Amino acid sequence: MLNGTRRLGALVIAAAVIASACTSASASPTAPAGATGATVNCQTGSITTSGSTALQPLIQDAATAYEGHCSGATITVNGGGSGTGLSQVSQGAVQIGESDVLASTKIATADANLLVDHVVCRQGWIVVTNLDVTGVTGLTTQQNIDIWSGTDTNWKQVGGPDLPIVLIFRPQSSGTRATFKRIVLGSATEATGGQTLTEDSNGAVTTAVTTTNGAVSVIGFSYYNDPANKPKLNGLQLDGTDATIANVGNGSYKLAADGNLYTKGTPSGLTAAFLAFMMGSEVQGTIIPKDSYGPVKQ
Amino acid sequence: MAQLTSVYRTAGLRARPGLLARIDLPRRIVFLAAASMVAIVALLLAFIAWQGIQLFVKDGVSVGTIVSPTWNPLADKGPQFGLLPFILGTIYVTAVALLISAPLSIGLALFLSEVAPNWAKAIVQPALEIFVGIPSVVWGWLGITVLVPFLADTFHGPVVVSLPIVGQVFSMPGFLTGFSWLAGSLVLSVMVLPTITSVSYDAFRAVPQELRTGSLALGTTRWQTIRHLLIPAALSGVLTAVVLGMTRAAGEALAVQMVIGNSPTLPASITQPVTTLTSQITLDMGNTVFGEPWQDALWTMSLVLLLISITSVVLVRVINKRRLAS
Repeated sequence: MLNGTRRLGALVIAAAVIASACTSASASPTAPAGATGATVNCQTGSITTSGSTALQPLIQDAATAYEGHCSGATITVNGGGSGTGLSQVSQGAVQIGESDVLASTKIATADANLLVDHVVCRQGWIVVTNLDVTGVTGLTTQQNIDIWSGTDTNWKQVGGPDLPIVLIFRPQSSGTRATFKRIVLGSATEATGGQTLTEDSNGAVTTAVTTTNGAVSVIGFSYYNDPANKPKLNGLQLDGTDATIANVGNGSYKLAADGNLYTKGTPSGLTAAFLAFMMGSEVQGTIIPKDSYGPVKQ
Repeated sequence: MAQLTSVYRTAGLRARPGLLARIDLPRRIVFLAAASMVAIVALLLAFIAWQGIQLFVKDGVSVGTIVSPTWNPLADKGPQFGLLPFILGTIYVTAVALLISAPLSIGLALFLSEVAPNWAKAIVQPALEIFVGIPSVVWGWLGITVLVPFLADTFHGPVVVSLPIVGQVFSMPGFLTGFSWLAGSLVLSVMVLPTITSVSYDAFRAVPQELRTGSLALGTTRWQTIRHLLIPAALSGVLTAVVLGMTRAAGEALAVQMVIGNSPTLPASITQPVTTLTSQITLDMGNTVFGEPWQDALWTMSLVLLLISITSVVLVRVINKRRLAS
């Protein structure tokens, strides 16, 4: 929380600096988008986005930066979950819906076909444990399957201390869980019952992992790299690869997915300008790395 | 309304103007307020009922699935929407909360109404009012930071109760984590305590003072008066209080979700994670899409929850009618 405020503060300052640089650089604030990266296509009006909470920090920071450049633009960023984002953009209730998973896996094909996918970043997830799981620095895919399907129930079976494994799932409907199952667990059946808990957000998961002995879960990089959380968590390698943005970028760390922004049909006006801004050098080069996402454009 | 009609009759007015014309503006306003409240409730009931049956009507899931124990919307063989884990979880967590809370609350109400000197009332009553005002997220937060770690650390091993001659009478596995049915019930029991206390307090106060003095004049002790006079006389009011507490407990989502672990399986032991209707609805609603069977199943859960609370309202009314009749 403290960190969130600090980050926001830094961002406001950064945005202010950029805004003043922008005004002094271009004579007219309504100048059309140029070839140079620093120029922003300013459109006026207001748009609303909703969806994935995993993508929300990035969209929020990018929206604040855009509003800093363009005084007539208002971009309201809501969470709600990937399902909410896809429903609302399909209904036309919001202009942009964010999702961790592809629209075609969530909504009816006819509705999904009307949506246009804009991939603006890569996002990674990391397997984390309570700090009392000492001596375990990484798990292989097979070890993850054994743990999450309930075959292995004690950390000593994977080289750790003699401690029961407590699995902390996200709800089945969560994009994070769907991505973890698709990439790591495959067709294995996830364990249920006494040793499993379900928590519904990155924040709740982090709290549960730090307070529960022998707990293991999966959280987004942006939450793991938060200085308030990182010292309280034991982050694990996957198949011997460190969970870093660089390894997501070069493809060696596999627990990663595209961050999808959906619009209904081809976007125009402020929506199009904001999506273009998301692909510009400021967001791709500065905001995305700062928030622990991976750029899709160098 | 009956009064108004009789006024017209006494005045010898034969012409009966329309309902709205017969009442003046302030009455029209309050009538409108009452009517819109009824309309909102009716629309809400209709909407949730309509959404709640979509799982069976549109998605073709059989009604019997409500009592199936398997919840797995992503099963390979097709989604399974068994609601039994949630229904039982709600009932069990609520029941244990009431077992803990009802005796405490009724005792507290008796103390306030019959025993407490004025200065004690002056302390306890404001304290209860503050209790009512504490938001559920605060209870949940206390639960997750204090209660859950306490349960996990204190009762880690198996809990065994044994008596000298009989031997072991009871044993259950300890807490692997503190997230459990018991944690949910404990948090709920403090949350419903003020509700049950204040409603039963009113029930005890409603017993006429003459009955008390008459009883004491017969030479009974205070305890005998409480046991043989007050409790039977106020019983329907106390039952109303417990039913209201039950409704509150069954409908609570946030605080419970934070401490019960939300494991969508049948409740196995009071030391293990469980789930409830409210908790599953809040976990899944943001991540599912309007109109898909999965979200329809959440609507069905809402309908079940609504039926539980309608049943308890009806129960309260029946209890009160019997009290008025007797």
